[in-house]
Amino acid sequence: MKYTLFDKVWNDHVVTQQDDGADLLHIDRIFLHERTGSAALASIEEGERKIKNPAHVFCTMDHIVDTFPGRTDQTTMPGGSEFIKVTRDLSLKGNITLFDLGDERQGISHVVSPEQGIALPGCTVICPDSHTCTLGGLGALATGVGSSECEHALVTETLRFSKPKQMRVVFAGQLKSGVSAKDMILHLIAAYSAAGGSGYAIEFAGPAVDSLTVEARLTLCNMAVEFSAFTGIIAPDDKVFEYLKGRPYAPSGESWQQAKEYWATLSTDDGAHFDQEIVIDCATISPTVTWGTSPQEAISIDGQVPPLVLEEGDARRSMEQSLAYMGLKPGQSIQGLPIQVAFIGSCTNSRLSDLRIAAAILKGRKVASGVRAICVPGSTQVKQTAEKEGLDQIFLNAGFEWRESGCSMCFYAGGEGFVSGERVITSTNRNFEGRQGPGCRSHLASPATVAASAINGAITDSRKMGAL
Amino acid sequence: MKKFVTHRGTAAPLLKINIDTDAIMPSREMKTVSKTGLGKSLFASWRFIDRGTDQEKLNPEFVLNQQEYSQASILLTGRNMGCGSSREFAVWALVDFGIRAIIAPSFGAIFFTNCIRNGLLPIVLDEQVIASLADYVALNPQANQLNIDLKTCHVIGPDGMTYPFELQSGFQVMLLEGLDAIDVTNKLGKEIDAFKTTDIQKRPWAYLN
Ligand code: SF4
Repeated sequence: MKYTLFDKVWNDHVVTQQDDGADLLHIDRIFLHERTGSAALASIEEGERKIKNPAHVFCTMDHIVDTFPGRTDQTTMPGGSEFIKVTRDLSLKGNITLFDLGDERQGISHVVSPEQGIALPGCTVICPDSHTCTLGGLGALATGVGSSECEHALVTETLRFSKPKQMRVVFAGQLKSGVSAKDMILHLIAAYSAAGGSGYAIEFAGPAVDSLTVEARLTLCNMAVEFSAFTGIIAPDDKVFEYLKGRPYAPSGESWQQAKEYWATLSTDDGAHFDQEIVIDCATISPTVTWGTSPQEAISIDGQVPPLVLEEGDARRSMEQSLAYMGLKPGQSIQGLPIQVAFIGSCTNSRLSDLRIAAAILKGRKVASGVRAICVPGSTQVKQTAEKEGLDQIFLNAGFEWRESGCSMCFYAGGEGFVSGERVITSTNRNFEGRQGPGCRSHLASPATVAASAINGAITDSRKMGAL
Repeated sequence: MKKFVTHRGTAAPLLKINIDTDAIMPSREMKTVSKTGLGKSLFASWRFIDRGTDQEKLNPEFVLNQQEYSQASILLTGRNMGCGSSREFAVWALVDFGIRAIIAPSFGAIFFTNCIRNGLLPIVLDEQVIASLADYVALNPQANQLNIDLKTCHVIGPDGMTYPFELQSGFQVMLLEGLDAIDVTNKLGKEIDAFKTTDIQKRPWAYLN
């Protein structure tokens, strides 16, 4: 029998099979955050249930905490402090590891989890957060769940899933210079729609994926959920092993050897079956930017907003609403569109490598006048390392705000947000209506595109910036 | 969990594709850890004008604000319903508002499971069928109600026309009987322990203590 990478990890976690085909899977790691994890913890408390294996449960403060320097439990988000307090109290009570405010390990859950060696290849990981699929970049079987499902996993160490169909997305050839993992995933979603991966677990493969750094693989898998996939996964290789070695919660000593031997078996067998296969020629991928309010509404940076869908129906209605919301017209060029805000942050693109790429563009330059630019490192550790390298000074000198770590303005929770009508170029993953503030217009792009656009005050192809 | 066996109610058409959970339950409206009382925030950005200001008023254009749909308990939507964030608050808001079933060509996967866990029935039907149901309902929303029978997995529409839908039997039983998923799994305690005994031999490195 030939197995895919996904089959292998899945099969090794099946506790029992149900009559209707669903499998009860063992869950190896659970990550919580104060936004939705608090609801799961509170529900356990109410139901007088217990966390089965606290050693495998971790929690961070990322969604609601402010990211201003000198932040405290008080939040700009109304009611935010309650979430923080409930999470802290119940984490303590449940005896789980909390990366609290002020802890060097604090940060966005999907950034912290690889950084601390919590998510591992061949492990099942869940978090009540849709971007848990990020961790597929390490070869973990990771997926987001709701609060009730999270509670189920906390109490039973298992979850019931129907095995999804499988798709392989092969990125053939190599990326052109100035094109990143973010552009790959936006390109894929634009080409095959935001529902293109619905019902599938997706293995990303091919030479361009092999060439990606571990951090870039996390970016690629991060947006599998924007493709509506169950999750994304990439076969772990030496780069991943090297990345994990010595991390606090990663195996060590004899255990490390055993782990590596097991991980080395985690790749798709030749001839294994996929229900669908997509091949994308990397020569066709350019820096990509969204123009609308769905991640599928994305175009190459030198492209134009597409013509209106001709046929009457849901698709046309949605496109009209998108255009009206974004204040754009079919045929308009995306390049040169003035922006008021540039945002670098989120679990998609706020790791050290992302900050380095942005800093390389910002170095010795200034953000255009009238543009507000913000950088929010993905974790406290990313922030501290960046500061050791002097990246903070580059951002600050260019006119960026340099923040404490958290989700920040990746989403609007009622605290800080951008202003209605403002156009934001953002390294985040969702451009939904109101995502970054009521009425605010978000254009998703790579950190390079965000940095270049900040300098010019308009959406800009970073490849045209030239040397100083 | 509230059982779902049969339901008859007014269906409101919200035929947009990719309705995300931020639209269903805006993050800024989630002010407490509690699951209850969220119905007033359902679709807040669409339902209200100038939300949160003294100018706040209902948006008369939005379907659930129209008198004939104000009692709607079924939603008809476009594909990829409930995509986006995993927030279960979206489902809690729908349930609190009184929505018992959603009919869409496809759903966001996490949202789908969240619905089941909260006794809200997600039904997958063809886009054309949904469009024709919407046309039928629009003729007289309060009289032309839809019937849903989960025992036989049918939606009964205009003139008794029936549309079968599929639902995994595990989910179907859970909804019909109003079972709690954790209680169901806890009955498998022995199997779970047996799995762990073997797994710890095979993947010792995956266990922290
Ligand atoms: S950074 Fe944004 S997308 Fe990522 S977990 Fe936080 S809110 Fe969600």
